[in-house]
Order: sequence, then structure tokens, then C-alpha cells
Amino acid sequence: MRRTLIAIAGLGLASMAQAQEVSPLNVAFDEYGEIAESLTGTPGDPAAGQKVMATKSMGNCVACHQITGLDAAFQGTVGPSLDGAGDRWEVAQLRGIVADAKKTFPDTVMPGFYKVQGFIRPGNAFTGKAGTEPLPPLLNATQIEDVVAYLVTLKE
Amino acid sequence: MNKTGLLMTAVALVASGVWAQDDNQLVINGEIEIITDAPAPEYISGLDTIYSGWRFRQPAMQQLEMDDFENPASLAIDDAVEQWSMVEGSEGKSCASCHEDVEDSMAGVRAVYPKWNEGAGEVRTLANQINTCRTENMGAEAWKYDGTQMTGAEALIGMQSRGMPVNVAVDGPAHETWKKGEEMYYTRYGQLELSCASCHEENYDNYIRADHLSQGQINGFPAFRLKQNRLIQTHNRFKGCIRDTRAETFSPGSPEFVALELYVASRGNGLSVEAPSVRP
Ligand code: HEC
Ligand code: HEC
Ligand code: HEC
Repeated sequence: MRRTLIAIAGLGLASMAQAQEVSPLNVAFDEYGEIAESLTGTPGDPAAGQKVMATKSMGNCVACHQITGLDAAFQGTVGPSLDGAGDRWEVAQLRGIVADAKKTFPDTVMPGFYKVQGFIRPGNAFTGKAGTEPLPPLLNATQIEDVVAYLVTLKE
Repeated sequence: MNKTGLLMTAVALVASGVWAQDDNQLVINGEIEIITDAPAPEYISGLDTIYSGWRFRQPAMQQLEMDDFENPASLAIDDAVEQWSMVEGSEGKSCASCHEDVEDSMAGVRAVYPKWNEGAGEVRTLANQINTCRTENMGAEAWKYDGTQMTGAEALIGMQSRGMPVNVAVDGPAHETWKKGEEMYYTRYGQLELSCASCHEENYDNYIRADHLSQGQINGFPAFRLKQNRLIQTHNRFKGCIRDTRAETFSPGSPEFVALELYVASRGNGLSVEAPSVRP
């Protein structure tokens, strides 16, 4: 399977990166909710990840979390401070938490950022109208890896 | 808890970034005392104390609700007063033809709605009842469920119960509908998989970005929302909150929202009616 994909992608580097991306439907979580393999096969960019976390139309993680080193007004208090998250968690754990936090914290209010189906009355973004599963994930694979790369740097 | 204890708790809460809802008291026009906290009804297992949304607002906004001259809903109320005695429909009647003085006839009505209607065999919201009066008693067109006229009429009728405790019936024939509403309240809708309880029960008093989360009570509805610069109906608020979970929402006036309204109203049993409230 993988071989065929790579063969098909032999047309150019960009499409090759895409072909190696793990689809939201094929993510391999272990029994603790961790994801060992990178979703893109390329290292994430912490600066881009920081931006994803602070931007409302992207991750908007600061709606719920506080991060001292991040320049974003009005950080929420629904979730814990992420300061020191890089000390508390391994990369595979962080990737699992961001992709689908309910596999790590079963009843959490934190949304699954790489989850695309199994919802009750799934909508089409914020229109209030029905959406069709699989929905586009809240963050794409590159953004998830960027966020994980930034979280790893949050050491105390 | 003694005073020092309280003070220390307050300091601890502020230090942890959590800002407890304030202790301010709401008195409207210097005379109508509003109950803004009360023990939670026994059928609400997730809360000990219930709070009006007013307690979570900034003092400047709180102030707007303390004086009818400052309340921006007053223009809509003026229109509704005029509408009350406006003759419409094939029967040549106005609301006043049958209900006379709104201040007398509608005192206490808001506090017990939504309410079971024996004749119709269903739970009716105030808006449903108003539209039934229009179509069946006046021979007039029904108003849009969450339109300007309906919301204004609800605000006018709601005002006549200000200060009275919300007291909707949750058992008897309304119980089945109430149960449906309860189930909806705890259902995690949409791509964000959040229920009403995720935000308004588990996380009230926390901030979601800049928004100070209240318990999502409806004792103050319809509410004048400054952001939208108009009165907002209960179902309109529900619709927005569900839409914000990236879900397919429900329509104002739908059976689902009638059930949810009954249930959410019952979570506020014991708080005073404070319609029309002022919110961000
Ligand atoms: C709706 C609120 C909400 C949003 C939005 C949210 N989280 Fe969370 N998150 C939580 C909560 C609550 C927890 C605590 C886990 C639990 O529920 O037990 C948590 C836990 C975490 C943890 C583990 C906390 C620790 O111990 O360090 C990480 C890491 C994390 N979130 C990252 C993120 C990232 C990255 C984003 C954005 C892409 C995000 N969260 C968006 C609510 C949220
Ligand atoms: C022809 C007479 C008539 C007219 C006109 C009329 N109503 Fe009614 N209304 C009634 C009757 C009768 C009831 C009691 C109905 C019942 O219990 O089923 C009622 C009930 C109500 C109630 C519920 C009161 C309660 O205690 O539960 C409200 C609210 C109401 N009307 C509002 C209005 C409004 C607003 C208008 C004008 C748009 C209006 N009505 C016009 C006859 C009328
Ligand atoms: C993502 C979090 C979130 C969810 C889920 C949510 N709400 Fe809200 N809701 C808010 C915010 C933010 C506000 C504005 C601040 C406040 O009063 O809490 C609000 C306001 C309200 C208000 C107005 C309260 C007032 O005093 O003006 C009501 C009523 C309400 N919500 C009901 C609901 C109901 C019912 C549900 C479930 C269908 C729900 N909400 C789900 C975030 C949420």
C-alpha cells in the first residue's frame, strides 16, 4: 500500500509529502491514546505551531489554556496551563492529546483536532447547517505536527 | 466560613486565574429586588448553587439592568405596549380586548412558562401561547417565532413577573418533555463534542477566551444583547450556542428547543425573573 502511494507520488516532492501523510481515518493510537508515528514524516515547525495555537481561526488553544510564553490576549481558564507540558508528556503522548484528547482523558471537554467522524449532529463548520462525515479535521497533519513541536519546547 | 476564610478563598481563586462571580445585588429601579442566587433544585445534580447570568457581567453592564431608563430594551418595550392594544385579524381584537391591562393580567405568567397546556396536550412556551392567541383568538397571522414583535411581547409580559421566582413544573404531564430537555442538555453535539453542561455546568465562572462563562440561565430572557443591539430570544441563544460547537443546530420553535427550554428554565427555579436583561 505504502509502496504504491510512494510510487504514485513520484511526480514531485510536494505531492510525495502529501502521500506520506497519515489520514485522520488511519491514525494509529495505542491503548493509552498515544501516537508514536509522526503524521507527516517531517519534523514540525515550533514557530508555526505557536501561531496555530494562538490564532482563533486555527487551533485557538488559548480559548481554554494559558501559556506564559505565548503572546495572546484573553487566555481562557477552562483547561490547565500548558507551561511545562514538554516536561510532563512525551512527544507520542502530546501528539495523541492534540489529535484526539478523549483517548487520553476520556471525558474531557477538549475537542479532537484530528478527528473527522463519529459526531452527534455534525455541522458544516460554524454555519449551523448539517455537515457530511468525514468532516475536514480542525487542524491538518502539518499543523498538528507544528503544534506538537511547540508543546515539546514548553519546559519549566 | 468566616470572613478571613472567605477572603483567602477569594485570593486563591484570583491567583489561580479563576474569578468567582461577584456578590453584587440586583435591585431594579431602586425597588424590585431580584434573587440572583439560590440553592440548586434537587434534580440538578451538577450544581449546588444557581446564579443568574447577571452575576458574571462587568459592573458597568450590570448597571444597565438596574434602571429601566438605562436598559436599552426600553424602546422595544414601548413598541410592545403599543402592540398590546393594536387591533389585528379577522375577529377585530387586540391582546387588550381579552387581557385588558398587561400589568395585572400577565403578572406571574412568565415565571411558570414553559407550561403544560391541558387542552392542547402539549408543553407550550410563552411564544407558542402568544401565537395561539393570535391565530385562534384574534384570527391574525402568527408572528415569526423569534422575530421582533414576538420578542418584544415576551419582554413586556416577562417584565410583569420581575422579582418573582421562576417556578416551572417539571413533573406531572410535562415530565416527559422535561426529560427530553435534560437529555439534550447533556448531549455532546457537533465536531467540538460539547454539551450545554460542558460549558455552563462544568465550567461556569471559567473564561473561554474573553468570555466569562455563566450557568446559561434563562431567567433574564429575552435578553438585550449589546453585540447584536437587539432583544434576543431564548431559542435564538440556544441556536447560537449549539452552532458554536460546529453542530447542525435546531430551529427556534422546534419541539427540541421547547423541551430544552423547559429543562433549562427548571434549572433556574428559585431565581427571580429579570427579563429583559442586558448582556454583552
Ligand atoms: C474547549 C477547551 C479546550 C481547547 C480548545 C483545548 N484544550 Fe487542551 N485541554 C483542555 C482540558 C479541560 C484539558 C485537561 C484534560 C482533562 O480534561 O482532564 C486539556 C489538556 C491538554 C493537555 C495536557 C495538559 C497538561 O497536563 O499539560 C495538552 C498538552 C493540551 N490540552 C493541548 C491543547 C492544544 C495544543 C490545544 C489546541 C490545538 C488545546 N489543548 C485546545 C481543554 C481544551
Ligand atoms: C379573544 C380573546 C383573546 C385575545 C384577543 C388574546 N388572548 Fe391571550 N388568552 C386568551 C385565553 C382564553 C387564554 C387562556 C388560554 C388557555 O389557558 O388555553 C389566553 C392565554 C394567554 C396567555 C397565557 C396566560 C397564562 O396564564 O398562562 C398569554 C401569555 C396570552 N394569552 C397572551 C396574549 C397576547 C400577547 C395576545 C395578543 C397578541 C393575546 N393573548 C390575545 C384569550 C385571548
Ligand atoms: C463552548 C461553550 C458553550 C457551550 C457548549 C454552550 N454555551 Fe451557552 N454560552 C456560552 C458563552 C461563552 C455564553 C456567553 C457568556 C455566558 O453567559 O456564559 C453563553 C451564554 C448562554 C446563555 C445566556 C445566559 C445569560 O445569562 O445571558 C444561555 C441561556 C446559554 N448559553 C444556553 C446554552 C445551552 C442551553 C447550551 C446547550 C445547548 C449551551 N449554552 C452551550 C458558551 C457555551
